[in-house]
Parts: sequence; structure tokens; C-alpha cells
Amino acid sequence: MLPLSKNLTPEKEATLKIHEYQAKELFKKYGIPVPKEKVCHNLDEVQKAAQEIGIPCVIKAQVMVGGRGKAGGIKIAKSQEQVKEFGQAILGMEIKGLEVKKVLVSEAVAIGSEAYLGIIVDRTQKQVVVMACKEGGVEIEEIARQRPEAINKVYADPVLGLLPHRARKVGLFLYSEPKVAFECASIAEKLYKLFIELDASLVEINPLVLDKSGKLVALDAKINFDDNGLYRHPDIEAMRDRSSEDENELLARERDLSYVRLNGNIGCVVNGAGLAMATMDLVKYYGAEPANFLDIGGSSSPQKVMNALEILLKDKNVKVIFFNIFGGITRCDDVANGILAAKEKLNIQQPIVARLTGTNEDKAMGILKEAGLIFASSMEQGAKKAIEVLKGV
Amino acid sequence: MSILVNKNTRVVVQGITGRDGSFHTEQMLKYGTQVVAGVTPGKGGNTVHGVPVFNTVEEAVARTKANTSVTFVPAKFAVGAVYEAIDVGVELVVCITEGIPALEMVKIMGYLKNKNCRLIGPNCPGLISPGEAKVGILPGHIFKPGNIGVISRSGTLTYEIVDNITRAGLGQSTCIGIGGDSIIGTKFIDCLELFARDPQTQAVVLVGEIGGRDEQDTAEYIKKEFKKPVFGFIAGKTAPADKRMGHAGAIISGTSGTAAEKIKAFESAGIRVGETPAGVARLLKESL
Repeated sequence: MLPLSKNLTPEKEATLKIHEYQAKELFKKYGIPVPKEKVCHNLDEVQKAAQEIGIPCVIKAQVMVGGRGKAGGIKIAKSQEQVKEFGQAILGMEIKGLEVKKVLVSEAVAIGSEAYLGIIVDRTQKQVVVMACKEGGVEIEEIARQRPEAINKVYADPVLGLLPHRARKVGLFLYSEPKVAFECASIAEKLYKLFIELDASLVEINPLVLDKSGKLVALDAKINFDDNGLYRHPDIEAMRDRSSEDENELLARERDLSYVRLNGNIGCVVNGAGLAMATMDLVKYYGAEPANFLDIGGSSSPQKVMNALEILLKDKNVKVIFFNIFGGITRCDDVANGILAAKEKLNIQQPIVARLTGTNEDKAMGILKEAGLIFASSMEQGAKKAIEVLKGV
Repeated sequence: MSILVNKNTRVVVQGITGRDGSFHTEQMLKYGTQVVAGVTPGKGGNTVHGVPVFNTVEEAVARTKANTSVTFVPAKFAVGAVYEAIDVGVELVVCITEGIPALEMVKIMGYLKNKNCRLIGPNCPGLISPGEAKVGILPGHIFKPGNIGVISRSGTLTYEIVDNITRAGLGQSTCIGIGGDSIIGTKFIDCLELFARDPQTQAVVLVGEIGGRDEQDTAEYIKKEFKKPVFGFIAGKTAPADKRMGHAGAIISGTSGTAAEKIKAFESAGIRVGETPAGVARLLKESL
């Protein structure tokens, strides 16, 4: 065995998320046992599914947020009437701002015991790690933080994969009954296969249930995927639920920009992710709130700057725009031309504070001389000016 | 002295005939870097800015004694390019490419074990020893030879901080962009071990960001065994949880990987953390 990293904290990487029902379809493909269940879009389908699957059954809201149960999004229906009542209540309800459009009608499993089984990439060890915990339905990050010893970690070899004896070690940690332990080992191997073949960044069975008849079943399923691997999995990309993502963030991705919406009034346009974060932080440091994270990337053409501004301005909270460009590969004159074009075509009313330094900054100044911008010579000064302008608006 | 790259570094550029490869080859040459070879399969026999192009890294190394590779190959092919450079026995492989799947990096790191080769990146701007050589895409003019070592997970933020350091009248020994991905070849600690042994380097600046716990591990290492003064900056204090902030590795999961956590770890190790990028340079200036 490799030395275990002492302070491993599970990471949920950058990432495409899918619904429980989609994750369970993938589980089935890989031979991981799941309850009998069916995804439904309306009450009719719910009632039919309940008849097929049998009552009692569980109705589960399909939204990509934690705490569905607490929000009333998971109910056990013990009669026809309750199927109707809960189906009606859950379909269309809102959980943490997301509308429930689909529910999963699932066989009610007689729970014997619950455990946790998950796989992530350990950033510190630079290896894939299988994590198991005898407590199911828990927030594994919290356990990792408070009682790391409650989590058993087994590493997969980067070349050989999850060796059979290591998979058995996972099973034997969770279950003392050998038959169940080895069944669990087999599930761990299948889960690992899925993780590797689909470029996942996280898979979780939480809880993994040992039912009263002695069979293991994945009661819940979660799979996140590595964005960088998606180019080779168009079928996974197709599972993306666009309705649960921010429209502007999706549009930005299509245009090869990184954008994250926040709640402030100062719209930030920056080249480079680290500098973009530092710019947001600086706005906050001087007493205002950034409206967004926006990285226009390395070789930014005028068109890309236009695209970025278009997305930025869809957020009506933006009262001032702050350009912070450190030209290296990015040429300041390209950015300047983009600003000019956007000002004209998008009819930008908001004041623009511009700090453009580095490659071709003199040219940029020439281009923007008459554009009515407020110039700053450093990012500190830029942030301060943007805030002054905001207070005056 | 400096670390990792210097006047004697002989660079082979993988993907030299591409737009970025060609542009940055010219920039590296202008800076004075010894770019001795380029590789693009199928383009052997050509030259780019006077640099001979070969079909394989093996041939490039055999003919030119290149000892360092820099990769400008698109993500789909970059993994193969990195293996090729490792296989031939290049000492240092610098992978600029963004977008390599994390699981490919896991395999590469497995393959690198017990090999006498160091990988920097991926998703990084490369590294520079001012006045000696730059390998990558950093804008040479903002750097100045001196005694400060810089290690950063970022690109333009590094430039911002270095620019401030240079303007404060301080120079740098070597600046390394280690990359913004979750799995990277060379981490803060690896670089610190080298800076510890480099007599030119008198202080080090660490530029970290949200995501992972590399900064926390680094703080523990510094507490235990790194003797030179260390300064720091952490980006992402205002970043929301569970959102990727551009870099694949820059994501706060739940309550872990936050800027606050990292700043606390830095400070507990005696690292002086700048509130702003310019603040880092001010701290340096005050105490050196």
C-alpha cells in the first residue's frame, strides 16, 4: 500500500453534474445494483410507475442540489392516495431555487444498514482513491474534516488500476460477512471502471444499502465529470441539464469564456483566471461587491471582448464596468478595439474604468482616447476609481 | 545561480509549427533562450525562426542535445507529446497546454515515477530565470534578475505581482508557473526544495488560489524545514463555493479549499500574506 495522505479532503472537481436518475442509468450499464425505479415527468407517469413498481414506493425530486429530503423532496408513499398527494406536491415544487421537473419513483428498499462508497482523484497523492465509510447518507467532507479515521482509503494504481485485493479490502472494511464484503468489492471494481472510462471526477453511492434480504443496492447515486475529459464523451455532454445551469454561464462556455455570476454591481473583465479572482477580491477589499468572475482568456480578439461584454451586460445589476488587462499574449490594442466596437453595437451606458497594461498599451490608449473611458494606471487605482464612479451613479 | 532553467538550458519546442508554438519560439529566442530544436511530426526538415524542425523528439535530442522540452501541442495530443519527451530522457518537460483530463495526468504521474524527469504544468505559463532563459509564454520585459523566487498557480496574476516586485526595485532568481490544474507535475513544495538549495534566492513568493490543499501542505513544510523568508498571496477570497473559477483546479468544495483557510495556514507558518498584489511587493520591500 501507498502511504495515505494524512489530511486528505475529498475534492469535488470542476465539473459537469448529472441527475440521480441519469447516474443510476450509468450504474446499471456497469452492473451496479440499483432499486427498481422509473423517471417520471407528470402525475400520470408517477401513478403508473407506482403501480408497476409496487406500493409502498419512494418519490424523489430530481434536482441537482443537496438536502432534497429536508426540503420535502423525498417522500415514501404508502398508498395510492399518497402517491398522488406526494407526486403532485413534489412535481413543480422549488428546492433551493430550482424547479422540480422530474421525479424518480423508486422501489421502497427495506434498509438493513447504510454505508458510503465513493471515488475521487486525490490531488495530493495524484492518484485515484476509493473511500469507504460505515456511516451512510453522511456528508463525507464533514466526516473527513471531523473524524478522518472513520474513512477508509484505498488507492488505485495509475497503471494497473484497482487491484482485486485492494477492492476486497474496501469490502472487508465495510462488511464482516465475507459474502457481502466480496459483493461490495465487486461493486467497488465496477464503480472504478465507470470512473475511469467516463472521465468522472467524483462518483458516490451514498448510501450503499444492505437490505433486509442481505443484498447490496445503491440507493442514491452521484456522478460528476471532469470538464477536461468531456471532449471524448459526447454522450455524457448530452446529459447536461441546461435548465439547472445559469444561462449566461452556458453562453460564456460556448464562446470559450469563463464567467461566474455574483451579486455585486461592478462588472469585471479580466484576462487570466488568477488575475480575475484577484480583481474581484480587490473590488471587495476597497468596499464594493464584484458582479462577476470573467476571464477572457489568453489571445483575446476584439470579437471575444465584444462577446464578453454582451454576457456581462445581461446582468442588470452591473452599474460600472472594470477592465483589468495585463497584456502578455493578450494585446491591449485588441481589447481596446473590442471595447470601441462593443460601445457602439451594444449601446453601453455604464461607465467603463480601464486599466490596460503590457503589450501594445500605447496603441490601446490611442484607440480609446476619445471613447470617454476612465483610465487607471494600476489595478488598485482601477478598483478605487470604479468604486468612486459607482458611488456617484 | 537560479533553479531549473539557465543559460545552458537547451530547449526543444514540441508543436513548433503551430501558431502559438511559432510565436513563442520567437519570443524565447529574443529573450536569449537557447531554443535548439522544434518537433512537429511530419514537418521534419523545415525551420521556424531559424530553428530546425524534426519529426521526433528522439531525433531532435540526438542532433541538438536538447535537455528541456516545452509543449504547445493541443490538449488532445499533448498527453502523447509529454510521454514522448519523458521517454527520450529529457530532464525537464514544461507543458503549457490547458485542458488535459485529470485522469490522464494521474497516468502520466504514475509513468514519471522512478524516472529522472520533472514535469512542470500542465496549464501553466512556464518558467523564467531572468537574464538567463525563459521557457514558456511569460512576458520577459517585466522580469529583472535578482534574489526573489516566485512560485505561482496562475499566469497573468504572476505577471501582476512580479511587475510590482520589479517596480519596487527587486529582481527575481527564477519564477515558476506551476499550473492551474488539480493534478500538476511540480508543486509548491518541490520548487521550495530547489529554492532552499539555491544561494541566489533569498526570499520566496507563493501565489496560491482557492481549491485543493496544496497551500496548506506547503505551509506545514515551511514551518518544519524551509528557512528563507516567504511571502504569499491567495486569490479567490470572493469566490463562491462549488463554482469553477476558470482554472480546473480553482474550485471551493463545500468549506474546504477556501482562501481564508489557506491564508490562515500561510500565516500560521510565518508567511507574510499580501492583502493585494501590490501589497505583496510592499511587504517584500519593507522586510528585505
